[in-house]
Amino acid sequence: MATLSLRNIHKSYGDTAVIHGIDLEVAAGEFIVIVGPSGCGKSTLLRMVAGLETITAGELFIGADRVNDREPMDRNIAMVFQNYALYPHMTVAQNMGYALKIAGRPKAEIAARVAEAARLLQLDPYLARRPRDLSGGQRQRVAMGRAIVRDPAVFLFDEPLSNLDAKLRVQMRLEIKALQRKLGVTALYVTHDQVEAMTLADRMVVMNEGRAEQVGTPLEVYERPATLFAAQFIGSPAMNLVDAVAEAGAVRLADGTRLPVAVAAEGPVKLGLRPEHVHPDPGGPLAVRPTLAEPLGANTLIHGTLDGVAQDFVASLPGVHREADLPETLRVSVPAEAMHLFDAATGRRIGP
Amino acid sequence: MEKRVIFKGVWLPLLLVAPQAAITAVFFFYPAGQAIWQSLFIPDPFGLSMRFVGLGNFEYLFGNSYYRASFVTTAIFSTLVTAVSMGVALYLAVLADRLIKGSGTYRTLLIWPYAVAPAVAGVLWMFMFNTRIGVVSWYLGQLGYDWNHVLNEAEAMGLVVVASSWGRISYNFLFFLAGLQAIPKSVIEAAAIDGARFWTRFRTIVWPLLSPTTFFLLVVNVVYAFFETFGVIHTITAGGPQQATTILVYKVYADGFVGQDLGSSAAQSVILLAVVGLLTVIQFKYIERRVHY
Amino acid sequence: MSGMVETRGIGHWLTHAGLILGVAFVFFPIWLAFVASTVTQADIVRPPMPLWPGPHLVDNYREALVAGVNVPVARMMWNSLLMALGIALGKIVISLLSAFAIVYFRFPFRRMFFWLIFITLMLPVEVRIVPTYEVIAGFGMLNSYSGLILPLVASATATFLFRQFFMTVPDELAEAARVDGAGPMRFFWDILVPMSRTNMAALFVILFIYGWNQYLWPLLITTDPGMNTIVMGLKQMFPSGDDLANWPVIMATSILAMLPPVVVVVAMQKLFIRGLVDSEK
Repeated sequence: MATLSLRNIHKSYGDTAVIHGIDLEVAAGEFIVIVGPSGCGKSTLLRMVAGLETITAGELFIGADRVNDREPMDRNIAMVFQNYALYPHMTVAQNMGYALKIAGRPKAEIAARVAEAARLLQLDPYLARRPRDLSGGQRQRVAMGRAIVRDPAVFLFDEPLSNLDAKLRVQMRLEIKALQRKLGVTALYVTHDQVEAMTLADRMVVMNEGRAEQVGTPLEVYERPATLFAAQFIGSPAMNLVDAVAEAGAVRLADGTRLPVAVAAEGPVKLGLRPEHVHPDPGGPLAVRPTLAEPLGANTLIHGTLDGVAQDFVASLPGVHREADLPETLRVSVPAEAMHLFDAATGRRIGP
Repeated sequence: MEKRVIFKGVWLPLLLVAPQAAITAVFFFYPAGQAIWQSLFIPDPFGLSMRFVGLGNFEYLFGNSYYRASFVTTAIFSTLVTAVSMGVALYLAVLADRLIKGSGTYRTLLIWPYAVAPAVAGVLWMFMFNTRIGVVSWYLGQLGYDWNHVLNEAEAMGLVVVASSWGRISYNFLFFLAGLQAIPKSVIEAAAIDGARFWTRFRTIVWPLLSPTTFFLLVVNVVYAFFETFGVIHTITAGGPQQATTILVYKVYADGFVGQDLGSSAAQSVILLAVVGLLTVIQFKYIERRVHY
Repeated sequence: MSGMVETRGIGHWLTHAGLILGVAFVFFPIWLAFVASTVTQADIVRPPMPLWPGPHLVDNYREALVAGVNVPVARMMWNSLLMALGIALGKIVISLLSAFAIVYFRFPFRRMFFWLIFITLMLPVEVRIVPTYEVIAGFGMLNSYSGLILPLVASATATFLFRQFFMTVPDELAEAARVDGAGPMRFFWDILVPMSRTNMAALFVILFIYGWNQYLWPLLITTDPGMNTIVMGLKQMFPSGDDLANWPVIMATSILAMLPPVVVVVAMQKLFIRGLVDSEK
């Protein structure tokens, strides 16, 4: 268990810069999730921490050691790969014990540590099997077992659940979280799935095009997204964004509607309204024309237009609402604290 | 050629390729270079030194009727061997492919002659056709035909062709069978429904779809006929009668080792090298295209 | 299968007949040789020889193995075995090492090395016999096992095959090994080589047969009959001039010459076929 410190990390392939200055301080035992779309650089970042890619500029500290130039095996890290990377000709027990065997640990110690990790992950009945005889979920666990046995300072996870089916993913998510809590090992977890990010992270890093858009706890990112990107990436369905002009304590929409806001701002802005914060309100300032309803059971997504303001607007109403029962115009309102303002030019959040 | 993950270090990989590099240099490139060099010289009458003659050896060879004859002989020989071994193999493969079950048994029965060395095949066939005690030649004698491949040039050629093709049938059979079995059943059935009978189906559908295999086998069989049949020739006819079965590779041996004419033998080797080079290039160019199918 | 459409009735039987004819054509010479190895010299010398095996199998084979004609056949088989194993194993080992270096490292001359190996495909031993003979003679390796083995060891085909296979091994495996602390040679030995087992076995079958069946090269470099391999030694059992050959012993030897490769092919049929298909691509 150790702290992790990334200071101004840059990465370039030849002349192409792919990571532009990432700073991150991770406390010992913290679970950090790096989340972002494909190609944002999150895997590259993880692999730089692992030592599988070189660091072009910046410093990397594991604990008190600067490890920029160290080989992966000298960094005291363990990694769980997306495709598990299990050695196909070795048994589960041999897979898990391989690193220790290379380190020259005595056989008895290897056997004991493998047995303990197997017990933790309920792999006892499978120790003598080969990876091809295991299901996806079991292989996943073996990959984690291999990491646990090494007793590393940091766990690294590279999209470990993306090859599993949805139901298994939910179950494994919980297991990973429980395991990390129990072992108390610092963890860096990469995923493109925002649900995984929200549920697993103590804090998360939202990445886009090689930059960290926001670093914070899941709820912080949800309630106070720092950029347009973060606002739209987290939360499903995505936040509605409406063009507006801010003036004197309120925003004016394209059709002239004025909505009072708690933030002082001037000039063109984007107004963010999450679908789940849109409430039906006969006296509300906004008028939605529903075009389609998607009943999900627990709630219903109403797709429609905001006349003169926005072509695609989504509201998420609790309970079941049948499309046939919807009025032609639905008046709605949004609480002031649920209105997010972003500078139209920079995309940055205005306000606290 | 590129993998994302590589190991660091320069000395280790150089060490790893050293064995192959060393053997290749000493036993491939050096002798090949020597052959090219020696082809430019002829030994003096006492064999004590070598005289530079430039392309003289080559000129001599192409002007020499025996050498030209050897070229013709090789051409005839390899054409016949290729045609016979591929023809019979294709026939058997088509038959085996028609079976729903049992093709596996026939395959087992037909593939192992590949393991028989050409030289051994030569001995087997020579035994059957031996002028004094051969079973087949004796029965032919009973039927009124006097078989004597020691004197009759056509018979000699026929015998070495059959002996060379015999073992080769297995190899071609394997590839043809695989090629035939790779043709989707549905295509054949669609053609049958459209009214095509067997021969039409074969001509218009099976044969074109089989052409990559056929071309590949063609090149491989020609290379085999050029080089690996040395054992057959040496065992049965020793190039005779009157050099009627002296193929190019046999001539290299005869002139170089038996006749001790190093310059001529080296020049012949160089010519053969060019032929092989051409065939290999053709083979690889075509294989590359084949892989993209 | 392309013939699924009409294989009922007469067609079916004709198909079998054709195949059986083919099998008979393939087997007949061997059957004859086998029969010849079980009868006496007298039986053969007075044609036609019998077409059914006789009672002298044990005698003839024993005579062949123990005495042969100019050298005991047992000795020749031993030479062949050493040569074939040496060639097969030698090719596999150096090709594994080279392929590993080519795929997993970057070093100066890497590309050049790859193409040089490729060129060796165009240099079968037959086009370099005289100079290679001189090289071997220069090393004093005539009439020796190393002389029989070394010139036939470097193999482009095996290197290409292993390279192709290594390219399909997932990168993550090498990365996991790196994270686990394995250096390159450890990765090679613990992971890559075990994963290559099937390829190695398939290749072994092909290379063993290739090595066992060598004719021209052993012919050139062995003058001592004690170093004869069985395939090339067979011909040398024939007398020169008008003497009669010792046919039963010679035919017994020819059967013995075929036996090991055939056994290997039949026993490892699947691997053999796979090796053929892979190595010719």
